Amino acid sequence: MTRLASALDDLRTLDSLASRDTILAHRDPRAKLATTLAFIVTVASFDRYRVGALLPLALYPIALAALGDIPSRLLLRALWLASPFAVLVGIFNPLLDRATMLSLAGVELSAGWVSFTAILLRFALTASAALVLVASTGMQPLCAALTRLGVPRVFTVQLLFLYRYLFVLAGEASRMATARSLRAGDHSRMSPTVYASLLGHLLLRAFERARRVHGAMLARGFDGELRHADSWRWRRSDSLFTAGWGAFFAWVRIVDLPAAIGALLAGAAR
Amino acid sequence: MHMADALLSPTTGIAMWVASGAVLAVASRHVGAREDDRLVPLMGMLGAFVFAAQMINFTIPATGSSGHLCGGLLLAILLGPHAAFVVIASVLTVQALCFADGGLLALGANMFNLGVLPCFVAYPLIYRPLAGAAPSNLRLALAAIVAAMLGLQLGALGVVLQTTLSGISSLPTKTFLILMLPIHLAIGVVEGLATTALLLFLRRTRPDLLGGTAGSPTGAAASIRPLLASLALAALFTGGVLSWFASTQPDGLEWSVAHAAGIEPHAPITPPAPVAWPDVNAGTSLTGVVGGIVTLALVMAVGSALRRRRATTARSTP
Amino acid sequence: MSAAAIELSGLSYAYPDGTPALRGVNLHIAHGEAVAVVGANGAGKSTLLLHLNGLLMPSGGEVRIGGLAVTRATLAQVRRSVGFVFQDADDQLFMPTVQDDVAFGPSNLGLPALDVEAWVRAALEAVGATHLAKRAPYRLSGGEKRAVAIAGVLAMEPSILVLDEPSSGLDSAARRRLIDLLQSIRQTRVIATHDLDLVLEVCGRVLVMHDGQVLADGSPNTLFADSGLLQRCHLEPPPSGPSFRGCT
Repeated sequence: MTRLASALDDLRTLDSLASRDTILAHRDPRAKLATTLAFIVTVASFDRYRVGALLPLALYPIALAALGDIPSRLLLRALWLASPFAVLVGIFNPLLDRATMLSLAGVELSAGWVSFTAILLRFALTASAALVLVASTGMQPLCAALTRLGVPRVFTVQLLFLYRYLFVLAGEASRMATARSLRAGDHSRMSPTVYASLLGHLLLRAFERARRVHGAMLARGFDGELRHADSWRWRRSDSLFTAGWGAFFAWVRIVDLPAAIGALLAGAAR
Repeated sequence: MHMADALLSPTTGIAMWVASGAVLAVASRHVGAREDDRLVPLMGMLGAFVFAAQMINFTIPATGSSGHLCGGLLLAILLGPHAAFVVIASVLTVQALCFADGGLLALGANMFNLGVLPCFVAYPLIYRPLAGAAPSNLRLALAAIVAAMLGLQLGALGVVLQTTLSGISSLPTKTFLILMLPIHLAIGVVEGLATTALLLFLRRTRPDLLGGTAGSPTGAAASIRPLLASLALAALFTGGVLSWFASTQPDGLEWSVAHAAGIEPHAPITPPAPVAWPDVNAGTSLTGVVGGIVTLALVMAVGSALRRRRATTARSTP
Repeated sequence: MSAAAIELSGLSYAYPDGTPALRGVNLHIAHGEAVAVVGANGAGKSTLLLHLNGLLMPSGGEVRIGGLAVTRATLAQVRRSVGFVFQDADDQLFMPTVQDDVAFGPSNLGLPALDVEAWVRAALEAVGATHLAKRAPYRLSGGEKRAVAIAGVLAMEPSILVLDEPSSGLDSAARRRLIDLLQSIRQTRVIATHDLDLVLEVCGRVLVMHDGQVLADGSPNTLFADSGLLQRCHLEPPPSGPSFRGCT
C-alpha cells in the first residue's frame, strides 16, 4: 500500500474516533485546545537535561486517551511513524555531548544520551497530545473553537474545505498511484516524467472539481460568506477541566515528582 | 524540513507563532478583500492537492534517492502570495494535528519557514522579477529553480536559527548549517524542476488557469514588495531577538521560584553547552531514575484504571 | 395566466473554444411535469441542464423560469426556484457534516436559525436520511450521498428540481429508494439520465437529444419503441422494454 493510502487510512480512523459520543466529546473544544497548548508549552519549558521531571506529564495524554476511548495502539503507531525525524535530529546529542552525567550501577551515561532521551520523550508527549486532541474533538468543532478564539474566518474555512476534500483528492491520487504501480512492472519507482504527468493530471482534476464545487455553491445561493451554526456553550465543567489540568501542569513544572518518590523510597529503604 | 516541538524552547516557539500569526491575519484579510468566491473551493482543493503531492515520491535519476514536491512556490504562482500562504498554513496545521508531523508548538516556525519565506520572499522578490510578464518556457524554468533553491535555503536557515536559539539540540550551529544548507540546495533544485514541470503542463493543457489566478497584477506587486520584505525581516528579527534574550537569561519561572526559596538560581544556558551542569540534581542519581520508573508505573495504572472504568460504563449502558 | 415552469426559446450555446454544444433548443415544460432528458454522452444533456439555473448563460436564445428571464440580475431568484442536484455528490456536499450541508441553502436565504433547523429536519426526513445528520460526507455511501444532496436541494423548497444522472453509481436498493422519492415529489422534475428504466417509472415525457438538438419529444413508451430514432441517437432500448406502469 502506498504511503499516501496508509496516511489516508490513519486519517479516516482518527476522524471516525472523533465523531463518537464520549465524555471528552462533550467538553467545549476551546477547553481541550487550551489545555493541549498549555501542555505543549509546559513540556517545552523544561531544560534539555530533564527527563524524570517530565514523566508525570504523561498522565495527560494517557488519561485523555482513556477517557476518549482512543486505542493506545493507534497512538503508538502514529508516534512510531513520526519518530524517525526526532531520532534523526536528536541523535547528534549523544555524539557531541560526551560529559558523564549519570552513573548507574557502574554504567556511565553521558549528558548527550540524557538530552537525547529527553528529546524523544518530549516528542512522544507533544505528538500524542496533539493526536488525542483531534481524536477526541474532530476538525469541525476545532475550527469552530478557533474561530471563536479570534482566528481569521478565511483560515478556518480553508481548514474545513481542505479537510473535506483531502479524502476525495488524496483518494484519487492514491488510486492513480496504485494503478500506475500495477502497470509499472520492473520500474517500481516512479520516474520524474511519469510523476510530472500524474501530478499534472491530479492538478487539473483539482481545478475542475473546485470549479464544480463552486457551481454547486452558487446553485444554492452562495454569496461569498459561509454561515456556520456554532452550538458550543462554555460550561462550569469546562472551567474545571482547564483549571484542573493547568494546575497539574504547573505543579509538575515546579515539583520533580520522580526525584521526590525516589528519595522517599531511598529513605524508607534505609 | 519540518521543525519539531522537541527541539523548540517555548520562547522561540511562541515568538514564531506570533510572527506567523500576524502574517496569517494580514494574508487572510487580503484574501477576504479579493471578493472572489471561487477562491473558497479552489484554495481548499489546491491544499488537498499539495497535501497529496507531498506524499507521492519519484526517483531522482542517477542518485536513486527520492524527491517530492513541497508546493509553496507553485501555490504562490497559481494563487498569489496571500492565498498561497493561507493554503500552506492550513496544510501544515492538518499535518501537525493529525500526523504528528512537526508539532503544534513548532507550527508557527514551520508556517514561517515553509510559508512566509516561499510566498513573501522567494515568490515576489526572486521568481517574479526573474520570470517577468510572459516568460518563455526556459525562463520560467530558470526563475522557478532559482526561486525554489533560494526559498528553501532561507527555510533551512530558519530551522537552524530556531534550533540554535532554543538550545535543546547539542548540534553546533556551524555543523548544522553544513548539514542543512547543501541538502536543501539539492532539494531546492528538485522543487524548482517539479514546479516547472507542473507549470508547463498547465500551460499546455489549460493556459487559462495560469492567467486568471496567477496573483496580483504587476502594479500592485511593485508596491507590496517593500512592505512584504520589511514584514518578513521584522518577523525574523523579532523572533531572533526575543529568543536570544530568553536563552541568555535563566529560565523565568525557575529563577523566580528559586529566588523566592532563597536558593541561587541555575547558571544561564549558553547554547550549545558541551558540558553538563555540575549541580543538576533531578534525575541524575539512582533515586531519581527509580522515582521515574515508579512515576511512570503510577501514570500507566491511572490510565488503565480509567479505561477499565470506561469499558464497564459502556457495557452497563444499554 | 400561468407561465410555463420552464421555457427555452432558441437556446444555443458554444464552448469558449467555439465548439457548439446546443443548437437552437425550443422547449416548454409545464408545472408538475416529470421530464427525462436522454442521449449519448456529449449530446448536450448536462449543458442544457446547467442553463436552467444560470450556471451557464446562453450564447443565443433565451431561458425563462416561471416566466422570469434568466439574466445576471435575476440569478438569485432563479436559483431559489430551481434546485440542482449534481452528477457527483462529492461536488455538492462540501460542508463538514450532513446537517451543515443541508442547512447551507436555507442559511443563504437569510432564514433565522430555528427555521433553518426545521427546514433541514423536514428535508432529511423526506429523503430518509435523518440518522445521517451528524455524519461527515466522505463517510457516506454513494446512495446516502445522493439522498443527502437531494435533501440539501429540497431544503430550499424549490418549485423545480433538476437532477443530473441521479441513479449513476447506485446499488439496486439505493436506486429503488431514489425512484420512490422522485415519484413522490410534486415539483416539476427535469432528469438527465442514461437509466431508461428509471425514465419509464418516473417520467411521463422524454426528450431525446443528439448533437446539441432535441430530436424527439414525447412519451417514453412511444419513443423507446422507435428503434430508428434510438439508433440515430446511439441509444439502446431499456432492458425491461416499454412498461405500462404509471407515470405522472
